[in-house]
Amino acid sequence: MVTQITSFGRSGLYDWMMQRISALVLSVYSIFLIGYLLLNPDLTYEQWSGLFETTSMRIFSLLTLLSIGIHSWIGLWSISTDYIKSTGVRFFFQSLCGLVMFIYVVWGIQVLWGL
Amino acid sequence: MLVSIYRYNPEKDDAPYMQDFEIELPAGKDLMVLDVLNLLKAQDPSISYRRSCREGVCGSDGMNMSGKNGLACITPVSAAAKNNKLVLRPLPGLPVVRDLVVDMGQFYKQYEKIKPFLINDTPAPAIERLQSPEEREKLDGLYECILCACCSTACPSFWWNPDKFVGPSGLLQAYRFLADSRDTATQDRLSELDDPFSVFRCHGIMNCVNVCPKGLNPTKAIGNIRTMLIQRAT
Repeated sequence: MVTQITSFGRSGLYDWMMQRISALVLSVYSIFLIGYLLLNPDLTYEQWSGLFETTSMRIFSLLTLLSIGIHSWIGLWSISTDYIKSTGVRFFFQSLCGLVMFIYVVWGIQVLWGL
Repeated sequence: MLVSIYRYNPEKDDAPYMQDFEIELPAGKDLMVLDVLNLLKAQDPSISYRRSCREGVCGSDGMNMSGKNGLACITPVSAAAKNNKLVLRPLPGLPVVRDLVVDMGQFYKQYEKIKPFLINDTPAPAIERLQSPEEREKLDGLYECILCACCSTACPSFWWNPDKFVGPSGLLQAYRFLADSRDTATQDRLSELDDPFSVFRCHGIMNCVNVCPKGLNPTKAIGNIRTMLIQRAT
């Protein structure tokens, strides 16, 4: 057993599952948005902002936002443990990734709710 | 035919280099790469490589032939050479001891980690532990591994984390004991593997399946371990 404290959920299985579930959410959201844009070629600003006003769309968008955070954390953590061999540099890189993801989530919530 | 061989003698050389040999191969038959090496060793006795059974059973002469890992004794020159040129390098990712001989320590350490022996805490029966033909069948495609290291040294995840990722060979063996009806340590074995590296560093690129000289499928075994972990955890 290899012990790691910087991975997402400490368990390899948990990380693996979250990576797959978040990937699923991201693809469904992408397909939905592309589909919506294709089905509404004459999209107006009111229609577009109305879509994001609905509670269901906000839930869906927030879920996607959190999925991006989780997915990219697990992915970048993997990449950094593969390629960055110096502990100091790796820890700095991982901290930076964590910070950027946190900023994105908070910023995204602000955008979604129009705060 | 031109044969280019990776040469490195740490006692004499500052850095590894490729040495080219021109060799006349006997017409009318397709030699194995190991035969070519033997012919070259007659020319230059300082060329070092491991070999033993010369028929793909012992797994000693695993090496990288024109970019692909395999056993030199069962790989025909016609299959390994490209444009009438044969490039021989040691297995990638492991420390080179000399020429084509690598230090397999890290590979064996991972093998040791998965406890490659039957663990059974029930009292031993008078004669033997019986298995049904169906139970025995589950070990097919797993027990045949000869530990030549061709698969693990073809795996980028093993290159980057040879100390943490068990590697395809070790995981194939791990599943061989997880699948064995006579083994009672299944839960302990699974617990040992449930971390972000041991199993899950496998991203399923199947280099291992591509190179295995025995035609085994470590990726499938790793998938089975993953399924066992999921079944246990959900």
